[in-house]
Amino acid sequence: MRHVLSVLVENEPGVLSRVAGLFSGRGFNIDSLNVGPTLEKGVSLMTISTHGDEQIIEQIIKQLRKVITVIKVVDLSDAKAVEREMVLIKLNATDSSRAEILRIVDIFRCKVVDVSTDELTLEVTGDHGKINALVSLLQRFGIKEFARTGTVAMRRSMQL
Amino acid sequence: MELTGAQILLESLKQEGVKHIFGFPGGAVIDIYDELPKHQIEHFLVRHEQGAVHAADGYARSTGKVGVCLVTSGPGATNTVTGIATAYMDSIPVVIFTGQVPTALIGNDAFQEVDIVGITRPCTKHNYLVKDVRDLARTIKEAFYIASTGRPGPVLVDLPKDVMQARTEFKYPKTISLRSYNPNYTPNKKQVKKAARLISKAEKPLIYSGGGVISSHAGEIMTRLARRFSLPVTSTLMGLGAFPGNDPLWLGMLGMHGTYAANMAVNNSDVLISMGARFDDRVTGKVSTFAPRARIIHIDIDPTSIRKNVNVHIPIVSDCLNALKALEEELEELEGINWEEKHSNWVRTVKGWREEHPVKYETGETGRIKPQYVMEQIYELTRGEAIICTEVGQNQMWAAQFYKYHSPRTWLSSGGLGTMGYGFPAAIGAQVANPDKLVIDIAGDGSIQMNIQEMATAVCYKLPVKIIILNNSYLGMVRQWQELFYNKNYCATCLDTAPDFVKLAEAYGAEGYLVEKTEDVVPVLTKVFASPKTCIVDVRVEPEENVYPMVPAGASLTEMLLV
Ligand SMILES: Cc1ncc(C[n+]2csc(CCOP(=O)(O)OP(=O)(O)O)c2C)c(N)n1
Ligand SMILES: [Mg+2]
Repeated sequence: MRHVLSVLVENEPGVLSRVAGLFSGRGFNIDSLNVGPTLEKGVSLMTISTHGDEQIIEQIIKQLRKVITVIKVVDLSDAKAVEREMVLIKLNATDSSRAEILRIVDIFRCKVVDVSTDELTLEVTGDHGKINALVSLLQRFGIKEFARTGTVAMRRSMQL
Repeated sequence: MELTGAQILLESLKQEGVKHIFGFPGGAVIDIYDELPKHQIEHFLVRHEQGAVHAADGYARSTGKVGVCLVTSGPGATNTVTGIATAYMDSIPVVIFTGQVPTALIGNDAFQEVDIVGITRPCTKHNYLVKDVRDLARTIKEAFYIASTGRPGPVLVDLPKDVMQARTEFKYPKTISLRSYNPNYTPNKKQVKKAARLISKAEKPLIYSGGGVISSHAGEIMTRLARRFSLPVTSTLMGLGAFPGNDPLWLGMLGMHGTYAANMAVNNSDVLISMGARFDDRVTGKVSTFAPRARIIHIDIDPTSIRKNVNVHIPIVSDCLNALKALEEELEELEGINWEEKHSNWVRTVKGWREEHPVKYETGETGRIKPQYVMEQIYELTRGEAIICTEVGQNQMWAAQFYKYHSPRTWLSSGGLGTMGYGFPAAIGAQVANPDKLVIDIAGDGSIQMNIQEMATAVCYKLPVKIIILNNSYLGMVRQWQELFYNKNYCATCLDTAPDFVKLAEAYGAEGYLVEKTEDVVPVLTKVFASPKTCIVDVRVEPEENVYPMVPAGASLTEMLLV
């Protein structure tokens, strides 16, 4: 099953390779990894999406907690969470296909951020599922470049 | 007053109570060596940096204190890697200081530059590159704290040359708190209660102890617990010595070369109490058939050890000492149980297995010396009171099977990594820490050549370590696998061109003895154990002797090949 882990770390030079090395060294999977500073000085937040059976996910979480510079690990799959990633997509847009693409842009609430005579660049935010759905719809026009941030996520305030 | 980085390092070591360090100099650490003679710390110059780490490791295993070593940058640092990985796999507290090129040159492929922090990240508990002299004292404090607390392990501190020369005010922190590192030492009461209840219902309880019992100083209480509640005990290779090897409840080691009684007991037990052990593949054999009838209680300070390989019913995350104290209290509170009577059938059964198939060997017709006999005689002559270090291979297994360890920290062996070349430098470290004890390295003719250069260290510092080579002219353990599983294709395992170990000993200024006849074993060993000098005894043993029992890799523990 897919899990999204929120990992608070000390922002020291080796921390990314400690975490990445743990995954590669133990044969765990990283589907996406996103890192950025938090509002607290010296602390960064990593959002890692990964998959595996229950026992593997338990090991991943325990192993992460064991890294000396990891402060806190939360498995967001245990709770209701808001999950987003952003993607930039550059695709072919001919006169005949442009209108159809713009319709899809509308439905998915994407933004057109760059345009030329034969290309369009879209920006889209959404959860994992939405992005995958969009990509499968756009594929037939010919995607030329694709840049994806990886998931960031947060627990919802109301856990109903 | 302002001190240089080198002075701060040595002052900090003093604050940590460090009396001995093992090291080897070079350009990047010359400032530290320049300062060293002004301090009370005794430095032991090894002949290879791997030896320095193993010596620090042997020092740590034999005392429980943190072992310390100091090496230069580049090749000095890379030479420590095997030693560090050895300590890491066996959870041994060691702090390794490596020199580094000046901070301005880092990343430039400077002379003797390696990214040792990057290289050792997966085989240290933690590591540091100190870029600012103002961080030095705190980093050293953290390094010792992390190495010695929780599940212990090696910590490396990389020291750029300019940081050793820079100056700052020295103040050694009294305490530290790390928001991201707070090992849990105390057990959850409810879990302990549950465990006690489960044990009280057991008919065939078994203690399976590991290195964690030794590192948390819980050997004594475990022994008391086992005797009081009539619980038979087996242990891993790492756990030898925690429970007296001459106690009637002792079953011997379990696993691949474990005893018949221990493996049968695991297979039949209904409650397995694991203490500070991690269900390693050499212990479990085929995991799916391990302890098939048992409910498992697992005490370990490292949560990652729990449910890593085997599903457990009652996990207890705690230091073994505290967990066993709590368990003892809970068991005492259960009234109306006559423990001895309750477990008498089971104890009788396991004793039966022990008598049926004790660890034994055939006293063959060839007239050659049996390696197992040598181990038995070493036990008799030392009355189980020596510190036994081992190399790796058959020698190690015979040392585990045929010597009865009476107390913790008298058995030093590379369990997790299985490092040939570990035993002799570890013996040097143990001898430095225990000058009045008899320290013996049980060696193979292959392994001993992996760190033989440390003969110079032992002789130089008058360390009377005794090396007993069980010389079978083979990389015996690999040859045994080739014999049993690879059609006797003895490829690359014959060591018929060995040095003359007697002359080699003498060349280093030590004593050397050759033993070729069984009747000479005891007289020579008697003489050697009384000698104040470093000695090598080259014992020519039966070349194709095998270690039994043996559970083939991946088989169930009950599928033992017996003598
Ligand atoms: C550094 C290292 N290299 C290779 C091995 C693989 N290995 C395990 S046991 C063994 C044979 C050891 O030979 P020897 O020291 O003569 O011991 P014996 O088994 O003959 O007692 C080897 C090569 C190892 N454990 N460590
Ligand atoms: Mg050999």
